[in-house]
Amino acid sequence: MTVVPLQPPRRLVEFTLDEQPVRVPEGSTILDACRGAGKDIPTLCEGDTLTPKNACRVCVVEVEGARTLAPACSRRAEAGMTVRTDTERARHSRKIVLELLASSTDLSTTPRAAEWIKEYEAKPARFGADAARVNEEPKVDNELYVRDYDKCILCYKCVDACGEQWQNTFAIAVAGRGFDTRISTEHDAPLTDSACVYCGNCIEVCPTGALSFKTEFDMREAGTWDEAAQTETTTVCAYCGVGCNLTLHVQENEIVKVTSPHDNPVTHGNLCIKGRFGYQHVQNRM
Amino acid sequence: MDLKFADAAKVSDDERAAVDGLLGPAGTGWEGGTERTDEDLRWARGGAAARDRRDLLLPALHAVNDRVGWLSEGALDYICRRLTVPPAEAYGVATFYSMFSVKPRASKVLHVCTDLACAARGGSTALAEGLGPDVAVQPSPCLGLCERAPAALLLQAGAPSRGSAPPAPRGSAPDPAPQSPAGLGVPGGAEYYATAVIAPAGVEAVVSAVNAPQHAPDEPPAAAAVPQAGDPGLVLLKRVGLVDPTSLDDYRANGGYAALRRAFAIGPAAVIREVTDAGLLGRGGAAFPTGRKWQATASQPDHPHYLVCNADESEPGTFKDRVLMEGDPYALIEAMTIAGYAIGAHQGYLYLRGEYPRALERLGNAIARARARGLLGEDVLGQGYAFDIEIRRGAGAYICGEETAIFNSIEGYRGEPRSKPPFPVEKGLFGKPTAVNNVETLVNVLPILTGRAEETKLFCLSGNVGRPGVYELPFGATLRELIELAGPPGAMRAVLLGGAAGSFVRPDELDITLTFEGTRAAGTTLGSGVVLVLGDTVELPRILLRIAEFFRDESCGQCVPCRVGTVRQEEALHRIKDRTGADAADDIVLLREVGRAMRDASICGLGQTAWNAVESAIDRLGAYE
Ligand SMILES: Cc1cc2nc3c(=O)[nH]c(=O)nc-3n(C[C@H](O)[C@H](O)[C@H](O)COP(=O)(O)O)c2cc1C
Ligand code: SF4
Ligand code: SF4
Ligand code: SF4
Ligand code: FES
Repeated sequence: MTVVPLQPPRRLVEFTLDEQPVRVPEGSTILDACRGAGKDIPTLCEGDTLTPKNACRVCVVEVEGARTLAPACSRRAEAGMTVRTDTERARHSRKIVLELLASSTDLSTTPRAAEWIKEYEAKPARFGADAARVNEEPKVDNELYVRDYDKCILCYKCVDACGEQWQNTFAIAVAGRGFDTRISTEHDAPLTDSACVYCGNCIEVCPTGALSFKTEFDMREAGTWDEAAQTETTTVCAYCGVGCNLTLHVQENEIVKVTSPHDNPVTHGNLCIKGRFGYQHVQNRM
Repeated sequence: MDLKFADAAKVSDDERAAVDGLLGPAGTGWEGGTERTDEDLRWARGGAAARDRRDLLLPALHAVNDRVGWLSEGALDYICRRLTVPPAEAYGVATFYSMFSVKPRASKVLHVCTDLACAARGGSTALAEGLGPDVAVQPSPCLGLCERAPAALLLQAGAPSRGSAPPAPRGSAPDPAPQSPAGLGVPGGAEYYATAVIAPAGVEAVVSAVNAPQHAPDEPPAAAAVPQAGDPGLVLLKRVGLVDPTSLDDYRANGGYAALRRAFAIGPAAVIREVTDAGLLGRGGAAFPTGRKWQATASQPDHPHYLVCNADESEPGTFKDRVLMEGDPYALIEAMTIAGYAIGAHQGYLYLRGEYPRALERLGNAIARARARGLLGEDVLGQGYAFDIEIRRGAGAYICGEETAIFNSIEGYRGEPRSKPPFPVEKGLFGKPTAVNNVETLVNVLPILTGRAEETKLFCLSGNVGRPGVYELPFGATLRELIELAGPPGAMRAVLLGGAAGSFVRPDELDITLTFEGTRAAGTTLGSGVVLVLGDTVELPRILLRIAEFFRDESCGQCVPCRVGTVRQEEALHRIKDRTGADAADDIVLLREVGRAMRDASICGLGQTAWNAVESAIDRLGAYE
């Protein structure tokens, strides 16, 4: 569905991107401009439905005249600026960020991580076998979803989705400081004792697979998770009149997880517990 | 918000009393009052009005921590009910600060400084060996008492003393730490709240302070930290030791409030012009022109405007702001009033480092007296200008001195730096135009307005010098002249200039002129004015490791280059602490590569500078060669 929102036309901003002049609507980020120009900048903490936290720093680019590199995902394009995306300096920082993350967390389910590690020739192992890792065990405290913070890169997206940007539930927050920072409920209580309403909107935005459906988690443990064998069907949730879109991921005729299209102009990929997890009746084959 | 609270009955009487002491008694059962009546069920308070009190979260956490020594689930929950804060967020805030604990601990906590200057003089947690289970010992980053190293700080949780004033109403409350009269115990054997600064901290002094903090000997006067005290050439430090820091009359008799009168006489625009013309540069480390910052804030159409005084002083080796605040507190209050007037603010926040009990007491007293005499409040000096100051206590987080982290901390969020732009002058505290200035920067405004001859700079000398302390010198003196004043060691290995985020210089570089330009030209920095002198017996690798530990501990954890980079930096320095030459080469390459990315890609100044000192030790001093 394409909806053209009514708003005054935006002015265009012209600047130089990798020696080429580009024009983007005012308010666009450098990343928007890069994507518009067909450039593939790695991103991890950026998400299409949330205000970027620019915490991972893998998308950094060089802005002429600036002392430090700038995060492409959040820095707005300004008229006349000169941006270079592929300099040795920018590539160096991306490589180190990938090495730092991969040496401390489990990126095995982060889409494209392996590809970028190769592209940037990152060598996470060079920090040695004793390099500190986050070392977290999966938290399996309810039947619906699992929090495996060993895979968490602290992108803040789940917190923003659960909190003021979407859900307004504030069940989870960032706790601790520095390398000991973790996403946590109050006093690290199980989700069942927290304010969580199981909307799963945090899973929807998690870029690493740290948050996943219990079905997916269990199937991965059992070695039966096979994305290539899955179909995705987008339909309308039948529970209430809002009519959210559901994308059912089906493997061997079983729904294995539910997502929602992020470009839906009403829900932006958000659902409630019924749409997200209430699909068992569909596969009740009595 | 889906607020979910635990059983309200979990909060203890002491915890409830501590919170109610700050916020007043709970209005209804919803707020965690003891009874929920039928009446309560028919209405609920909430919405924006309730959420507006979020900035009382940090003071409320302090109130409980001061009273019982740690933050239980029940206490945190009660605070959340009172302030309409989601418990997960309050937990995130409480666990951000090193002075708080969410696990039970002894009511006495001994913070032992293990940082550069103190470690060099035997500061270690070994000082606290055998103290027994009723005191929790916590190694601490620099306590800002370097001139009396080694240092320790004892905090004893307990009830506020009977004599202490009830909390003032919101808006004017200076968040006072309860003071305890000597020798009194709370009926029932519990203790009163007390603090004791132990410096120099010998084993005996520590034991006696722990046993009876209320009887700990008084600290030496602030002037003891100023070897030049009484020197007629002093400008910023001239009143330290000369005036009674508790007496407003004494301050006024010694030139106090002349600058504010002048400011009122010439008007805000002229104040900004004089500060701009004087070329005043910020003393908090970044050397930004103060006049420009004030002008940019003053000209913002959005209102209200705020002033924040950055008194978080946590850069290892820095203690000048403490000496100013303890020795001449009214000067800072007057200077803040002038700054507020210039930028069009009616409310100033003084964000004070949590480990500075004496500065807290002196400033709290100065604010109360100034308010009582019409020098703060609705109508300052009868000029129709309203201005007041609220003290906010930090709780052990170096990063909260960063100019945007300080806003989050005051607002009741985790003290994480924000991304810039927008800059504070546009969107600062509570999203409004804000000027943030360091204590020393502000105090400089007084002589600018009353016509001084020469601009001066404060330096914090510590380490292997004969007379450590705060020195004041006109810009343009050389490093050698400064160290000569303080009594140099027989043989010098290096000088750390500018603090942990600064850089090392060699003994043959002492002719560097101590100006912002001079140090920059020499590839170093004045930073916050730290001059840590290292004699030739120091083990450089240990010092570098300590610096790396400091940054690892103090990283807020928000961005990857700093959160993980500081850990990798520390690991590498640990590996090579006893190695040189080819054995260290691989790790030095690693350090350089990680350091470069930290400098280039970190969000804030902490990560961007965390590799400076180590790099300079490798490049300039030939460490590990
Ligand atoms: C990690 C970090 C810690 C800082 N700590 C302090 C501090 O404790 N006190 C201070 O005045 N400035 C501190 N600063 C500098 C402030 O960000 C800011 O530049 C300063 O308060 C502005 O005031 P000024 O212009 O008067 O110097 C810190 C900066 C960083 C990056
Ligand atoms: S499922 Fe919904 S309520 Fe629960 S943590 Fe995730 S976003 Fe928050
Ligand atoms: S759990 Fe996922 S969404 Fe949340 S911070 Fe970690 S990686 Fe990001
Ligand atoms: S550089 Fe360090 S302290 Fe600054 S935002 Fe990043 S993690 Fe936090
Ligand atoms: S994607 Fe831009 S900082 Fe993470």
